[in-house]
Amino acid sequence: MAASSLAIEEISKELIQTRDLGVTEEGERLVELQIGPTHPGSGHMRIRVWVDGDIIVRCDPDIGFVFRTIEKLSENRIYMKTIPLVERPSLLDTTPMTIGYINALEKLMGIEPPPRAKYLRTILAELTRIASHLYGIGILAIFLGHSTGFMWGFGDRELFVELANQLSGARITYAYVVPGGVRRDMPQSFPDNVEKALRYMERRLKDWYKIFLNNPVIEDRLREVGVLRKNDAVKLGVTGPNLRASGVDFDVRVADPYEAYDELDFMVPVAEEGDAYARTLVRFEEIKQSINIIRDALKKMPSGDIIHPQIARMFNPLMKKIYEETRRVKFPGIFASLKPPKGEATARVEAGRGEALFHIVSDGSPRPYRFRWTTPSYRNVILFKYLVTGHRLADLPAIYGSLDYFPPEADR
Amino acid sequence: MASPQHPQASQQRLALGKALEELATKLSEHLKGVAAKVEADKRSMVINIEVDRSRILEAAKILNNLGFDHVKSLTGVDHPDKGVIELMVHIGSYSRGLKRIVVILRSKLDRKDPRAPTLTQIWPSSEFQEREAWEMFGIVFEGHPDLRRLLLPEEFEGLWPGRKDFEIPTRKAGEVEEPWK
Repeated sequence: MAASSLAIEEISKELIQTRDLGVTEEGERLVELQIGPTHPGSGHMRIRVWVDGDIIVRCDPDIGFVFRTIEKLSENRIYMKTIPLVERPSLLDTTPMTIGYINALEKLMGIEPPPRAKYLRTILAELTRIASHLYGIGILAIFLGHSTGFMWGFGDRELFVELANQLSGARITYAYVVPGGVRRDMPQSFPDNVEKALRYMERRLKDWYKIFLNNPVIEDRLREVGVLRKNDAVKLGVTGPNLRASGVDFDVRVADPYEAYDELDFMVPVAEEGDAYARTLVRFEEIKQSINIIRDALKKMPSGDIIHPQIARMFNPLMKKIYEETRRVKFPGIFASLKPPKGEATARVEAGRGEALFHIVSDGSPRPYRFRWTTPSYRNVILFKYLVTGHRLADLPAIYGSLDYFPPEADR
Repeated sequence: MASPQHPQASQQRLALGKALEELATKLSEHLKGVAAKVEADKRSMVINIEVDRSRILEAAKILNNLGFDHVKSLTGVDHPDKGVIELMVHIGSYSRGLKRIVVILRSKLDRKDPRAPTLTQIWPSSEFQEREAWEMFGIVFEGHPDLRRLLLPEEFEGLWPGRKDFEIPTRKAGEVEEPWK
C-alpha cells in the first residue's frame, strides 16, 4: 500500500489494490477494489467494492481498524474512569456521549442535576454539534475537490472549539459532565463571546450557501446521488441527519427530551429527497437550529448550583472554598468508589451524527457489570452495503462524505 | 435522593409513566403466551420483555407489526455463574406515538451452545449487530446471511472476548513485544 500523499479526492491507482475476478455467470467482468484502510479521508476503514466497468456491483464495508474495546475496558474500570473513555472514539462531539453515559449512571443512582447544570450541558453539547457538523462538511468538501470548503469548515470549527475551551478548560476532550452536575461554571465573558461567534457564524452561513450549497458543481455531484428512500431508512435503522434527510421526523432531543431540551425553542429540519444533497442541507439547517438553541439557553439559564446538593455536602472545607470562590467542582472521595445500586438503566441522546444508546448493567460493585453503547456511525455503517450499489465509483466519495461517517466512532 | 422538581415537570413525568404502563399492558395482551414477562421500567422509559429462546421470532414479528421497526442495539450479557448468556435487543420505533419508548427483548441462551434465530428477516438493521454479538459472545444466529467477524482483526486469536472468562493478555511495564524474533 502506497502512502496517501496524493490528491485526496481522486482515488488513484496506487492507493487501490485491484484484483480481477474474471467473468461472472451473468457475463459481467468484475474487478475487486480495496479502498483503504489508510483512508485518505476522515479515518481508518476499508471499503471493498466490486465494480463492473465503473459501476459498483457490490460493496462490503470492513470496519474495526480503530476498534478500542471500550465496552470491555469499562468493565475493568471504576465508573468515573469511563467518562473520558466514552469521549475518545467520538472525538468530534464528545459532550453528547458523556451526557448519555452520565444520564444512564444518574438514573441508576437516582439523582438529577440542578437546572443550571442541565443548561450548561446543553450549551456545550450544541457547541460541539456545530463543530462536528462543520468538520463533516469540511470532509465532504475535500472529497469533492472543494478545498475552500475544507479550509472554511476547519477554520470556522476553531471558533466553537475555542468557546468550548473557555467553558470547560479543554478543546476537544472536555470530561465536563460529571454525575450530579458539571465541573465548572461558565466564565463571565462567555455569553458575550458566544454571541460574537454566533453572529459571525450566521454571517458566514450565507457565504457557505453561496460558495458551497448553491455551487453548481457541488449540486451536480450531490443531487440524486445515494438516494435513501424513507422505507429503506427506517428498515436499516439509520439515524441522525441521514434519517431526517429521508423524510423521517425523529430527533431524540424532541422524542425523548433530556437535559434542558424540553424547555428550549428549536425546530427539527427534515428533508424529503434523501439524496446526498439533502443530507448536507439538513446539516446546515441544524447548525442554524443549534445557534437558536444556544441563544435561547443563555437567555433562559437559571442561576444556582452546578452540582447536586447531595454531592456538594460531601466536599471538605478546601473543596467548599474552591467551589464558592471559583465555581469549580473538585471531586469528593465518593466518586472514586461510586457504587450505584444493583439494576439496569438505559439512556439515549442525539449526538451530532444521530442517536446514541447507553445501557449499563450494575451489580452493585464499583465497576459496571456490562456497559453497552451503540453510536450513530455504528448504526449508519450498514448504508455502505446497501446505498452505494449501482452508483459510479466516482460517486463513492460523495456518498461517503455526505453520510458524515466517522470510523473511530463506529468501531468504539 | 431526587432534587426538588418543577411541579409541571413531575406532573408530566407521572403522565408519561402512566402511558408507559398502558403500553406495557397492551403489549402483554398482544404477547400473551409468547412472552414470559412484560415489565415497564419508568426510570429508563423502557419495556422489558422476556421470551423463551424458541419464541424469539414470534415475539419479534408481533413487535414489528405493532410498529417497532428498527433495532437500536443487539448484544449479549454474560452470566457465567448462572450458565446463561442473555440476548439483549433494544428495539425502537420511528412511527408517531412510539418514538419515546424503547423495548428491550431479552432471552436467556445456554452458555455452552448459545443459539438464537436471526432477526435480519424482520429487522434488517440487526445485520451488523448480530455479526458483532457473534464475534464477541459466540451467539450463533441461525439463518444469518453473512455471519463473519466485524470488528476483530482476522488474525485475532482466542475465543469470545466479550465473555467474562476471557483473559485479557497483559504486559508488564517495560516489556516489549518482539514480533521480529
